[in-house]
Amino acid sequence: MMLMKRRDFLKVGAAAGAMASLYGCAGGGKASGHVVVVGGGYGGATVAKYLRMWSEGGVQVTLIERNPTFISCPISNLVIGGQKTMEDITISYEGLRNKWGVRVIQDDVVAVDATKRTVSLKGGSALSYDRLVLSPGVDFMWDEIPALKGAEAQSKVLHAWKAGPQTVALRKQLESMKDGGVYAISIPKAPYRCPPGPYERACLVANYFKQSKPKSKVVILDANEDVMSKKGLFTKAWSDLYKGIVEYRNNSEVKDVEVGSNTAVLEFDKFKADVLNIIPPHRAGDIAHKSGIKLVNNRWVDINWLSMESTSTPGIHVLGDAIFPAPTMPKSGHMANQHGKLAAAAILNMLSGQEPNPEPVVMNTCYSFVDSKNVIHVSSVHQYDAATKTVQPVKGAGGVSAARNELEGKVALGWAQNIWADMLA
Amino acid sequence: MKMFVPLAAACLLASASAAHAADPNLGRNLAATCANCHGTNGNAVKGSGIDGLAGIPKDKTLQKLADFRSGDKPASIMHQIVKGYTDAQLDLIATYFAAQK
Ligand SMILES: Cc1cc2nc3c(=O)[nH]c(=O)nc-3n(C[C@H](O)[C@H](O)[C@H](O)COP(=O)(O)OP(=O)(O)OC[C@H]3O[C@@H](n4cnc5c(N)ncnc54)[C@H](O)[C@@H]3O)c2cc1C
Repeated sequence: MMLMKRRDFLKVGAAAGAMASLYGCAGGGKASGHVVVVGGGYGGATVAKYLRMWSEGGVQVTLIERNPTFISCPISNLVIGGQKTMEDITISYEGLRNKWGVRVIQDDVVAVDATKRTVSLKGGSALSYDRLVLSPGVDFMWDEIPALKGAEAQSKVLHAWKAGPQTVALRKQLESMKDGGVYAISIPKAPYRCPPGPYERACLVANYFKQSKPKSKVVILDANEDVMSKKGLFTKAWSDLYKGIVEYRNNSEVKDVEVGSNTAVLEFDKFKADVLNIIPPHRAGDIAHKSGIKLVNNRWVDINWLSMESTSTPGIHVLGDAIFPAPTMPKSGHMANQHGKLAAAAILNMLSGQEPNPEPVVMNTCYSFVDSKNVIHVSSVHQYDAATKTVQPVKGAGGVSAARNELEGKVALGWAQNIWADMLA
Repeated sequence: MKMFVPLAAACLLASASAAHAADPNLGRNLAATCANCHGTNGNAVKGSGIDGLAGIPKDKTLQKLADFRSGDKPASIMHQIVKGYTDAQLDLIATYFAAQK
């Protein structure tokens, strides 16, 4: 195990030194130090860019991501529905490297030593940090769907709940399904990543069937008691647009799968599909579990809302889907981006000997396509509340679309362009 | 170095009197909550169809926000979001964006 020399790294960072300019009083002392970020998704890419931007190049940032490029989950349901391609949702890390001077390493973080303040990479090296940010997203609890534990079973019964090869594979399964076939999607009990996401996918698959395989059906097996997000708007889309195609079943938790026959095993019942899309229950990404930091329900990371720092382990901040959420807060890319900015501001204060901002605010917007053009949204704003030490949804703010509409279809694509640029460009 | 002394002294004074007060970067932090849609520092991606906010005079932004809040200006989503922020926060946000290029 070899520690990368900080000196070598400073050379890389120097390119961005040109950005540094004279500081006024703004942040008090100027922040410096080395922040390591694990995961280059919605949370991780954002915190990396904002640390560099707001410190004017003063803080060194290393981002470790196992994938060579960023692939977005938002908009990936349009790839499955046939409106977009993988190219449309894939973005390189060159902007973070070249424009912001982030050192991006493609590798897997396999261990964290919170006492020595180091992370170990699969490639064999180790890095030391002043502050560590984990934004590893989610990993699946395969024990809950025992037949899907093996890699081969997982390649047949797909989740496509992390955008990438599975997104393409699910589209292929749908394309090769015969007309008159049944696509079933299972939703785990909340909380899960992107509350409206499975219902959006059901709509877009139904839209594809309506146009290309009109005798086919979409069955939603929801482990929850009811539709978890934008209920009125989704059920209206199913009855207006997909009557006879979409069937919604509540309280239908999938306990296991018979892989050979694409059969979902429910508590009292079985359901056989032609294309079976199982979204298993998930929890904070594995590295959060290996770090030894405090988890809630052995699933999600417990954090301090002023800094996104672990409540148990100083120096480790956690963002995005991996955290135990604040009241009514969804696990979304939009929210992970907001976490990234909250953490960047807090880390810069802490690295320059200041307290974190005592009154952070985060907000959320999630757009869902119900067909190729019409979109519905849900929004919320969350302000820090000192009494409960968490961010609370502001009463009277936020809400959902009045009705599905094409204007928001355009806004949803504009949202994607802007959030991708806000993270990566 | 001499010319920096008054500045440093001013900083000390400012941070002493600002103890327990708002974070000096509050406006920046609040404005960053808008950037997901309106672009980093209010520079929306060209052609994205979403309004940029950088360099817009403060009064203009505040008026627009007030109109969203009252419903005078119809919106798909901003009428819901604006209600999540206090007037003081909106003021800081509009001030921050007005100063951006
Ligand atoms: C189909 C679908 C549609 C969605 N639509 C929307 C939407 O419209 N709007 C919205 O706001 N949200 C949406 N979401 C939710 C959104 O994708 C997630 O909430 C968001 O990605 C969370 O960000 P994150 O940073 O926590 O995790 P991610 O974005 O998943 O990033 C985690 C990254 O960490 C990497 N990683 C993990 N562990 C390691 C390790 N040990 N070493 C190195 N790298 C590691 C992973 O490879 C990954 O790139 C959708 C999700 C899905 C599945």
